[in-house]
Amino acid sequence: MAKQKSYDGAVVCAPVTVPYVRFSPETAHWWTGAALAELSRQTGLGPADFDGFCFASFSAVPDSVVGMVQHLGLSPRWMDHIPTGGASGVMALRRAARAVQAGDVDIVACVAADTNQIDSFRQTLAGFSRFSQDATYPYGFGGPNATFALITDNFMRQYGIGREDFAKLCVAQRDNALSNPTALMKKPLTHEQYMKARPISDPVHLFDCVMPCAGAEAFIVTTPEKAEELGLSTARIAGTIERHNAFAEDAVQTRGGWARDIDDLWQAAELGPQDMDMVQVYDDYPVIVAMQLADLGFCDKDKLPEFIAQNDFTISGSLPLNTNGGQLSAGQAGAAGGFQNVTEGLRQVLHCPLGDQVPDARHALVSGFGLVNYDRGVCTGAAVLTQEVLR
Amino acid sequence: MTQSVLVDLAAALASGQVRVVDLTNTLSPEFPVIVLPPEFGQCAPFRMEKVSRYDDNGPAWYWNNISMNEHTGTHFDAPAHWVTGKDLPSNTVDAIPAQDFMAPAVVIDISVESAADADFVVTRAFLENWEKENGTIPPGHWIALRTDWYKRVGTPEYLNLLEDGAHSPGPDASAVEFMVHDRNCVGLAVETVGTDAGQGFHFNPPLPAHSILHGNGRFGLQCLTNLDKLPTFGAIIVACPLKIEGGSGSPLRVVALIEGEGA
Amino acid sequence: MTDPLTPPKKKDPLVRTRAGHVPPGLRSRAAKAMAVRAGQGQFVLQTCNTTGQTTYPPRDRSPFTWDELTWQEQPRGAVIEAVTTIDATVDPFFREHLPWRVGSARLDAGPMAIVHLHGDVKQGDRVRMEIKLDRGGNPALFAMPEKETPNMADDPQLRVFTADPKLRRVLVTDGRGPVGQAVAQALLKAGAKTVYLGNADTLMRYPGQDRIEAIEGIEPVALNLTDTSSTQELAAQLGGKVEIVVNTAQFTRQSGVGFGGKLSDLQTGLETEVSGLMRLAQAFAPAMSGRSDDGVNSAAAFVDVASIHGLTGKSGFSGAAAAAAARLSLISGLRGEMAHTGIRVMSVLTGAIDDEWHQNVPPPKTAPVQIAKAVVEVLQKGQETICAGDVAKDILSRWQADPLLTIREENQ
Repeated sequence: MAKQKSYDGAVVCAPVTVPYVRFSPETAHWWTGAALAELSRQTGLGPADFDGFCFASFSAVPDSVVGMVQHLGLSPRWMDHIPTGGASGVMALRRAARAVQAGDVDIVACVAADTNQIDSFRQTLAGFSRFSQDATYPYGFGGPNATFALITDNFMRQYGIGREDFAKLCVAQRDNALSNPTALMKKPLTHEQYMKARPISDPVHLFDCVMPCAGAEAFIVTTPEKAEELGLSTARIAGTIERHNAFAEDAVQTRGGWARDIDDLWQAAELGPQDMDMVQVYDDYPVIVAMQLADLGFCDKDKLPEFIAQNDFTISGSLPLNTNGGQLSAGQAGAAGGFQNVTEGLRQVLHCPLGDQVPDARHALVSGFGLVNYDRGVCTGAAVLTQEVLR
Repeated sequence: MTQSVLVDLAAALASGQVRVVDLTNTLSPEFPVIVLPPEFGQCAPFRMEKVSRYDDNGPAWYWNNISMNEHTGTHFDAPAHWVTGKDLPSNTVDAIPAQDFMAPAVVIDISVESAADADFVVTRAFLENWEKENGTIPPGHWIALRTDWYKRVGTPEYLNLLEDGAHSPGPDASAVEFMVHDRNCVGLAVETVGTDAGQGFHFNPPLPAHSILHGNGRFGLQCLTNLDKLPTFGAIIVACPLKIEGGSGSPLRVVALIEGEGA
Repeated sequence: MTDPLTPPKKKDPLVRTRAGHVPPGLRSRAAKAMAVRAGQGQFVLQTCNTTGQTTYPPRDRSPFTWDELTWQEQPRGAVIEAVTTIDATVDPFFREHLPWRVGSARLDAGPMAIVHLHGDVKQGDRVRMEIKLDRGGNPALFAMPEKETPNMADDPQLRVFTADPKLRRVLVTDGRGPVGQAVAQALLKAGAKTVYLGNADTLMRYPGQDRIEAIEGIEPVALNLTDTSSTQELAAQLGGKVEIVVNTAQFTRQSGVGFGGKLSDLQTGLETEVSGLMRLAQAFAPAMSGRSDDGVNSAAAFVDVASIHGLTGKSGFSGAAAAAAARLSLISGLRGEMAHTGIRVMSVLTGAIDDEWHQNVPPPKTAPVQIAKAVVEVLQKGQETICAGDVAKDILSRWQADPLLTIREENQ
């Protein structure tokens, strides 16, 4: 396969996080508007000024991006709807960047927003997908907890990983969250607390699970010229990959689409894992964090226990991981959970973090994983963001 | 003159000098009907389905749909009920003159004999003997057989159906011939489920009451109650079947007028 | 090793009975197609019309070739690759049944599936797969131990998917005939606590009465399905303590349609079998529905024994076949209603029964004991439909293959 063409002519800027709340009586439309209002505050632009809009949400039904455009008074010449949850940030980034690069659009507002009303979690699950409705949720209705419990059970046995290894990842992310004022989890988590947590669907225990919440995330993809005009710091996209429904033949998921395409990513970026100043990976359950670290090239799966033992995943550590606390500690605001890896990675390389700054951060690896359509996550993607101009 | 009789009757009813005795069993789903061998068509029991009872099907009114056979519960047999009466004139309930629905009754008490023998058969000889003691059966009367059988309603002993058939009292052919031809009765009134004895199918001819009564244009009244409340002579039975077109019989309310203790 | 079921204690009058939730009910049309096959006891998955490869979950086109798919019987073996015990859920039904065990199964047929686990199944085990129906009538892959284990049928998770008569109280509507009597005895043998045996006319004796009514566990009750008040009175007495209803009422008379049909027979047949079924359902369905999740002896099933000729009509028995047809139709409607309340509605289909009303039908006929066996089996397996005996099986398979041809054959 030919090497991926560069993303020259497109830059990423203006990361936005609308602070999360556990339950919200507001709608996805309200949260989307809140994210756009924050973009407006940073850029001085209004509804007439964005000619591109890329949207991800689970709770905007019955509206898609079309309904949202009219609801919020936009008149874009390019728009896209990304229904892929945890993979939506990387996918929005790639699509918007290519459209900007090609001149189809000048400035794209990429927004993910979801609300979390009382009982909306159950309702979302009940009608989440055709396969889950037919073949997963009626089996105990454990939701993603049960599905990932099966993946975790198998993964732990296959690769000799124990809960204590996952504990280190979760405890580190909680440490990272403590400096993030918008994180929902504000108390430290000890190794012992993690180990003694009550089972939810064994081997998944309480602190392996994210807390569903309401929130919104956004960023802008535009031309370097436009960013300069607006006075925005920018990052460039060094490389990206995306893959869906990879390794369908695996009985239980032990790898994601990254494993198939990871060499292409590093080749395009002309960088390697060792060059990354941090990783912002999708973290709905620590097993997926571990799986990604291996699939993204940081270590072999059967070496994961050693790799985890040898590294410090806190912001000041050897491999800062999910520096805002990730979804495990900051909360999972539906599809916005698939954007926060991008916004947090972007903030760190633009040196405007919500909490503590990764020292001298220049390169961020962001990785998305989305949509447990049936028994596994179907959508994967990853991108390398590199600091370009700080303003 | 006529007016004077009815005026007197009205006064007697008002004073209680004439009393009305209900000879009718309550129509209910449980009330037994005659049972024929299973391969024959069967007599439908009384059934009732609510149409509405102050509810969504009728907020202010209560009524039921009912269904039954013409011969369910206390009922009237018209001559057309039996093959022997099939060609007689006015042989169905709608065609019988209304005048025939009121007639005096003579009550023949066979309750002691019936208690002793469920298969007790009333014969001509028995009737002639009875007349010697009680007086001649006048013409134009219902002949009512008091068996106290109505007291068995609600028990298996009412139909009294054993493996060799039903066992209940009734007349033989000689008795029915006597009632019809010698005493010119209006009909035969009984407390049992049929005018014939339970074993009447095995008589010669079979089912003589049905055969002879209806063959001669006489009526039957079955499943009566309270015949023990009537005097031997002097009661008037009022039995008006429903005016069913071409009907062979009908459930009905049967009452008797008797002279009471009033003024 | 499964603990044997123990009889439930008498109900505490101060404790609210557990509401009868059903598992999530939203399903695709393909999943419903799987359900109807599972309801007949089949173990089917879809295969690609081009390659024959098997696929799951239910799809509408082959993922291998995009050709269409066909449901086919599959080998029942599988290996459990991963296991979890669910301790938390937001679904009201499963919340009442936690902890709940599920696993990832590699089916011998090919695909991977998330499956319910019998308590005696653990990770790495080879298992025997069944497609059960859940309380809402939807298909559910269930992994059973490969070999029989002690008290296997008593597994609490399995029992959610069956209507096993063990420890349950059953109403058999017509005990006056040989079918009801055979059914009653078979149910007691299968562990039913009590069989309430209906008698349409308590003032009239019936063959076998002394013998059947003397059996321990049989309780004779007055029930005449042609009489609304009788049916309602019995429901008023027993509605709260009957967990299974088996309707064995039949009224079969020989009849044609234009020739030799007796309207009074048809009327009685319809009253007994059709109106009677509706009376029975109206009297018992609400109270049963209120107890569909009431522990060991939760209300579980409404079984109707009807002639297979309800599907086809039958020359010489046209009226009886019409009653059976109406009955099957009502049962379908009731099944849809009861799916929302967690009660399984089952049909036991019979051929000509070997009784006094089919004297001139040549053998093979359906013996009352075959019907009894089918009733017990359909309850124990939790199916929706079962054929009692070979005659019904033959007609059903012909009807499934070519309905119009079978209708023609059965009416000539």
